[in-house]
Amino acid sequence: MTVLVYLDHEGGAIRQASRSAIAAASRLGDVDVLVTGPDAAAAAKSAAAIPGVKKVLQVTDTTGNSELAEPVAALLAELAAGYTHILAASSATAKNVLPRAAALLDVQPIPDIVAINDADTFVRPIYAGSALATVKSADAKKIITVRASSFDPVASEGGTATIEEVALPAGPGGSTFIATELSKSERPELESARVVVSGGNGMLNGENFKLLEPLADRLGAAIGASRAAVDKGFVSNEYQVGQTGKIVAPELYIAMGISGQIQHLAGMKDSKVIVAVNKDPEAPIFQVADYGIVGDLFTILPQLEAELDKAG
Amino acid sequence: MKVLVPVKRVIDYNIKPRVKADGSGVETAGVKMSMNPFDEIAVEEAVRLKEKGVVSEIIAVSIGEPKAQDTLRTAMAMGADRSILVETDVVTEPLSVAKVLKALVEKEKSDLVILGKQAIDDDMNATGQMLAGLLGRPQATFASKVDVADGAVTVTREIDGGSQTVKLALPAIITADLRLNEPRYASLPNIMKARKKPMEKITPADLGVDMTPRLSVVSVAEPPERKAGIKLDSAAELVSRLRNEAKVI
Ligand SMILES: Cc1cc2nc3c(=O)[nH]c(=O)nc-3n(C[C@H](O)[C@H](O)[C@H](O)COP(=O)(O)OP(=O)(O)OC[C@H]3O[C@@H](n4cnc5c(N)ncnc54)[C@H](O)[C@@H]3O)c2cc1C
Ligand SMILES: Cc1cc2nc3c(=O)[nH]c(=O)nc-3n(C[C@H](O)[C@H](O)[C@H](O)COP(=O)(O)OP(=O)(O)OC[C@H]3O[C@@H](n4cnc5c(N)ncnc54)[C@H](O)[C@@H]3O)c2cc1C
Repeated sequence: MTVLVYLDHEGGAIRQASRSAIAAASRLGDVDVLVTGPDAAAAAKSAAAIPGVKKVLQVTDTTGNSELAEPVAALLAELAAGYTHILAASSATAKNVLPRAAALLDVQPIPDIVAINDADTFVRPIYAGSALATVKSADAKKIITVRASSFDPVASEGGTATIEEVALPAGPGGSTFIATELSKSERPELESARVVVSGGNGMLNGENFKLLEPLADRLGAAIGASRAAVDKGFVSNEYQVGQTGKIVAPELYIAMGISGQIQHLAGMKDSKVIVAVNKDPEAPIFQVADYGIVGDLFTILPQLEAELDKAG
Repeated sequence: MKVLVPVKRVIDYNIKPRVKADGSGVETAGVKMSMNPFDEIAVEEAVRLKEKGVVSEIIAVSIGEPKAQDTLRTAMAMGADRSILVETDVVTEPLSVAKVLKALVEKEKSDLVILGKQAIDDDMNATGQMLAGLLGRPQATFASKVDVADGAVTVTREIDGGSQTVKLALPAIITADLRLNEPRYASLPNIMKARKKPMEKITPADLGVDMTPRLSVVSVAEPPERKAGIKLDSAAELVSRLRNEAKVI
């Protein structure tokens, strides 16, 4: 069996989540990978160095078409002939493209798997993680997205895969890429950070939300947010953790002024250690927190910073 | 322009779902059901497009058991003009739902379909993309802003690192993200009016669609429960525990 993994990269650097998808794929068979975009050549080089990868398929594209679901789904459907499974890390890109490719192949996709039982049987969360369903696919080919936090990423160095250029098909047309606006951040990526500091409605406004930065700096943490904080415009949408935002499972998750509704918990309850600061002793976040402090976050935040500055 | 809005009946998002004792699925009997929240956003967007004069008719569609009628009535109370219930007791999957929707889009000659980006029960996030694939039409998923003008729709999409803008020639498929709009509440007079709006009932067989699921459920289980930890009195104690007990900093 050979498996194709569609990789996410940023400016040629393969995302850690995609290395988790490769780890999942290698449980199923030999692994080829696909990289696309203007920096595909650089990405292909990084991908070829990942241990366990046999072949890298590279689509160099400067037209913006590789940002669109239509041609990329058409490409995956074309390539599918040579593979039993097509995988990708669950990301906005994969969720946009893979179901479309599956439709072209008359396959029911299997999103967000957290475990592999055998080549046809997978475990995936449903109802915002309130239940885990074990599902068996009757399709000849499997189209799968992988929840990265459930698979340890493979190493990034040590492999020697071959690289092959492939062409992007035109797709059905009708869709034009206009622009992407990425927010710049020097912080670690939310989904692969070792520590995440998140703020909720309790932060009250965007100015106050910045008060989380000194704490995050001290911990080398990424910053996250609840939906309420995003909806109210304290931070932009890519910070959202939860059922409909990002799924994170860091070593340490610190929730400041977040009540802990099920939709938020869906995105962080697999974290190793959870800390909650909330002024309401009944807040549901305390039901999942390993350590809680009941109190005003604006008082506790500077105290935490001061304690962290003391030699450990 | 006719807009099709598929709406799904799901367990209300305020209810904590319970796994059935025999592990066959999640208990839905006697549980409060509502319209999938993303679908409310999709209906709202369609209604706003109609209010702007861009859209002439809104057709709500649901695929599932007869009780999905309630969800269609809600959609009509929000402003959909009529609805279609595609009745089936087979478990629906995005692939089979997309096939039903494709047949309806062709039958109704609909140029725009607005779906929710994901249903909060099965969290598949797939149906819209699959419908677009089956129809060979352009797609814009996770929409946070939609502008229709001159036979094209410009959509701002939420992506992992920020946002992206794409322009689609109509006919096209859009899926709604949370921040596209704030759905309205249906007023009492509109709820009354919705009772008189037409609802057509058909079956997948009428559309020539085979609903046989490709995924079978082996079992459904509760995830491992996380235990509540301890409450601490000070930041000093927290930092000390994180350093010496949990060893995460
Ligand atoms: C379809 C759907 C999808 C959703 N998806 C997501 C998702 O992906 N992610 C997500 O997060 N939510 C999601 N939600 C929303 C979710 O239901 C909650 O509304 C949201 O998580 C609440 O955010 P919050 O905890 O910040 O706000 P609130 O519930 O308002 O909680 C704020 C908390 O801050 C505390 N607080 C206030 N001031 C202070 C202070 N000075 N010091 C200490 N504590 C203080 C309060 O006691 C309170 O507990 C979704 C909802 C729906 C319907
Ligand atoms: C493991 C498993 C267990 C399941 N258990 C049950 C169960 O116990 N009971 C049960 O009833 N079903 C069950 N199903 C079916 C399931 O609830 C969904 O109907 C199906 O998988 C579609 O996925 P989704 O709704 O998450 O699609 P998504 O792709 O997330 O939905 C996106 C959008 O598509 C539209 N849409 C999707 N489905 C419909 C529909 N039927 N009618 C109208 N519009 C729609 C909506 O606009 C929605 O916002 C199960 C499925 C699986 C795979």
